[in-house]
Amino acid sequence: MDVLLLARGQFGFTVGFHILFPTLTIGLAWFLVWFESRWMRTRRAYWLELYRFWVKIFALTFGMGVVSGLVLSYQFGTNFSRFSDMAGPVMGPLLSVEVLTAFFVEAGFLGIMLFGWDKVGPRLHFVATLLVAIGTTNSAFWILSANSFMHTPQGAEWIDGQLVPTDWWAVVFNPSFPYRLGHMLLASALSTALVVAGGSAWCLRRNLYRGAGLAGLRVAISVLAVAAPLQILVGDLHGLNVREHQPVKVAAMEGLWDTTAGAPLLLFAIPDQDAQDNRFEIGIPKLASLILTHDPDGRVQGLRSVAPQDRPPVLPVFFGFRVMVGLGLVFLLLGAWGVWRWIGGRLETDSRLLSTFMVCTPLGFVATLAGWIVAETGRQPWLVHGLIRTADGISPVSAASVATSLVLFVIAYGLLLLTYLYYVFVLVRTGPQLPAHHAPAIRGARAGELADEVEPFVAARRTEP
Amino acid sequence: MDLTLILAGVIVFGVGAYVILDGFDLGVGILFPLMPDEVARDTAIASIAPVWDGNETWLILGGAVLFGAFPLAYAVALPAFYIPIMGLLLALIFRGVAFEFRIKARATRHWWNRAFATGSTLAAFCQGLLLGGLLEGVKVEGRTFSGGPLDWLTPFSLVVGLGVVGGYALLGATWLNLKTTGALQHFARRKAIQALGLSLLGLAVVSIYTPLKFPDVAQRWFGGTHWLSLSPVPLATAVVAVSLFREVRRGAQYAPFFYAIALFALAYLGIGISLWPHIVPPDLSIHDAAAPRTSQRFMLVALVFSLPMVLIYTGYAYWVFRGKVRPGDGYAH
Ligand code: HDD
Ligand code: HEM
Ligand code: HEM
Repeated sequence: MDVLLLARGQFGFTVGFHILFPTLTIGLAWFLVWFESRWMRTRRAYWLELYRFWVKIFALTFGMGVVSGLVLSYQFGTNFSRFSDMAGPVMGPLLSVEVLTAFFVEAGFLGIMLFGWDKVGPRLHFVATLLVAIGTTNSAFWILSANSFMHTPQGAEWIDGQLVPTDWWAVVFNPSFPYRLGHMLLASALSTALVVAGGSAWCLRRNLYRGAGLAGLRVAISVLAVAAPLQILVGDLHGLNVREHQPVKVAAMEGLWDTTAGAPLLLFAIPDQDAQDNRFEIGIPKLASLILTHDPDGRVQGLRSVAPQDRPPVLPVFFGFRVMVGLGLVFLLLGAWGVWRWIGGRLETDSRLLSTFMVCTPLGFVATLAGWIVAETGRQPWLVHGLIRTADGISPVSAASVATSLVLFVIAYGLLLLTYLYYVFVLVRTGPQLPAHHAPAIRGARAGELADEVEPFVAARRTEP
Repeated sequence: MDLTLILAGVIVFGVGAYVILDGFDLGVGILFPLMPDEVARDTAIASIAPVWDGNETWLILGGAVLFGAFPLAYAVALPAFYIPIMGLLLALIFRGVAFEFRIKARATRHWWNRAFATGSTLAAFCQGLLLGGLLEGVKVEGRTFSGGPLDWLTPFSLVVGLGVVGGYALLGATWLNLKTTGALQHFARRKAIQALGLSLLGLAVVSIYTPLKFPDVAQRWFGGTHWLSLSPVPLATAVVAVSLFREVRRGAQYAPFFYAIALFALAYLGIGISLWPHIVPPDLSIHDAAAPRTSQRFMLVALVFSLPMVLIYTGYAYWVFRGKVRPGDGYAH
């Protein structure tokens, strides 16, 4: 096998594995901020239960994010060393700033957040939670800036074989960055909301921890209901931006071979790279033109407008896009359904809704991965769009080294993912447990709020004014 | 002003901070299987759980600053050390997740103990391989690495690997001596002496081998009057090693850890003197590998603002968790 394919495969695999964890930690960090601030305000014990429960999952996820991220920061050099030399002057400083302003903050305060309950006061503890959340989001800011530069480079010039930044402002705020940042943060919010909703629904179905379950479900549904429509809006803007800067990628997303006026929106097709055509097309006439140009007869550029070696692999981009957008619509419906039941006062008793949320728990990650495949595979054959080809960026290493390490990564990551999921399930089954040093919280709890006291709680809620 | 020099200083500082900080928690992992019982192991882990992630972040900083400030060195060295780096990363993965998995596991806990110990030891060993391989030099043609995948594998680098394992074990043992009491502390003192022996052995091999093999290095240390101005380095090393031994025997709490740090600092200084001004010997000097000025300036502004902050709150985090860890102190959250 050739080194290019192996190096790409290894990078795609490890980064795809890594992103699963940040997607959850970025969102969950802010959920935890919210839970702890509600706990400090209201002193209702279920907020603390929610915090104590999700912080365990957070710690587990964070650990996985750290170790898989460490791999990535060295893989640029091991697998794409020529790219590192050429683009290092742009990418390296951005990653350095990320380490300095985000990773150190996260790492420094994570210890206090996890182990510091009885070492620092409640206010300082809250500050630690808040700083960890700010750190994760800041990390997304810088890494996505670096990534966006690879899609829409600007502010740098070729000097002596290196891409030298001439205007840092232009580099950091490159054209696709605001959209990518907004889209990714919303993806994080949605994925986390689905996880929290799924866990809460599970508790409610089992009649366990009803206080925490209901509160968690409500927060999750609120986030879902706001973020899902926003995501569709931002995704649409993102698409218009891609069309401006990477029209061939859009052609692959749409499965459009010939430049067409009044292009149809394909609901299904099987693109065939070699035949340069689609099989089994089902489409809605003119809709793609309408979405992309806001004119039913607008012209959309096709794949055939560039030479075959300049086209990305169409199949993964085309299907990735459909999976992502389809799930985006599903999330919209889920949010709406939740709000509707909430207003009707039947959120915690509608078992169909609860089961659906349980089933939908992992879908945010599916959409996020699909989105990244669209963006990254759609960028091929370029590493930095229009400037560095992927084939010119790889390292002078032997295929055997890359293949061996790829196999080891697949085995190691497979094992870790299974273990991680197993312990998450164990944690969910154990539920939140308030340790002894939270006696005041337990004393302050109102009747039936705490774990297992189900009936009195439901009764108490019904009689609340 | 020579920005290249300042950024090289930052890398030297970052790698130094990494070696000492992650050194002691990797060292705890190296000693892990030898510890008397499971209670001792829990206590040992509780002493590093709140800080290990921050310690490892210095490694990421080192990689990122190398990438940004010396992209050519990054592009040459990483493919050259492909196998030990992949080994290092895989080792750190298993060790890192073991912190979280170990407390949750019951029946499989001994597996996570093993993962933690093996990961820590292998990570230390791979770092030694990197150091040994780097001292031996990397083949470069034009702007790329031109050697083979196993160039780093020499008897010398294997010995340096063992030396680093010994050195980290020393840091770990003196850390445990500082943070714990009772049986675990006794254990730590015994291991500190043994680890000291292993580290000194590694140090001796490096000090004898490098000047013999590389005339440049010999010239640096022994040419002209250099031996006179540089003689404090080996002398101080001897004094520190002896004091460390005596303080451990005396049962001191803090001194051994700080002497162990001093020992590392001196060894590091010695290596720095041998390498200077190369970043990847024998061909690449720090100036050859330096990034363009705009990149350097951007990094420097970021460093000036954030490095002091990082130091302050990292210090604060250590302060919050100061004092002895007692057996039974949980590290569950
Ligand atoms: C959208 C956000 C995002 C994206 C696209 C990436 N990461 Fe990441 N990364 C994070 C968001 C994040 C995070 C939320 O900040 C993490 C997750 C858990 C954590 O510890 O921090 C993290 C951890 C993390 C770490 C460990 C940090 C630590 O010790 O605290 C490293 C070294 C990297 N990442 C490096 C990378 C590289 C080189 C990437 C690209 C190829 C990358 N990440 C993609
Ligand atoms: C974290 C979410 C990300 C995911 C899931 C992701 C996914 C992928 C995938 C699937 C590939 C392989 C594409 C192919 O070869 O067909 C790839 C390649 C690559 N990505 Fe990303 N990516 C992510 C973020 C990033 C970021 C933030 C950067 C840079 C800062 C980046 C840089 C690269 C590089 C250098 C390659 C290898 C060259 C290539 O194949 O294009 N990626 N990524
Ligand atoms: C439903 C409407 C949606 C639209 C129109 C949309 C549009 C887009 C487009 C055009 C891209 C490609 C950007 C590029 O190639 O540079 C993209 C990427 C992406 N999408 Fe979506 N998206 C939608 C929903 C979602 C949802 C629901 C999620 C996840 C929960 C998601 C997550 C992502 C991610 C992670 C990326 C890759 C990063 C990026 O380029 O922003 N998207 N999306």
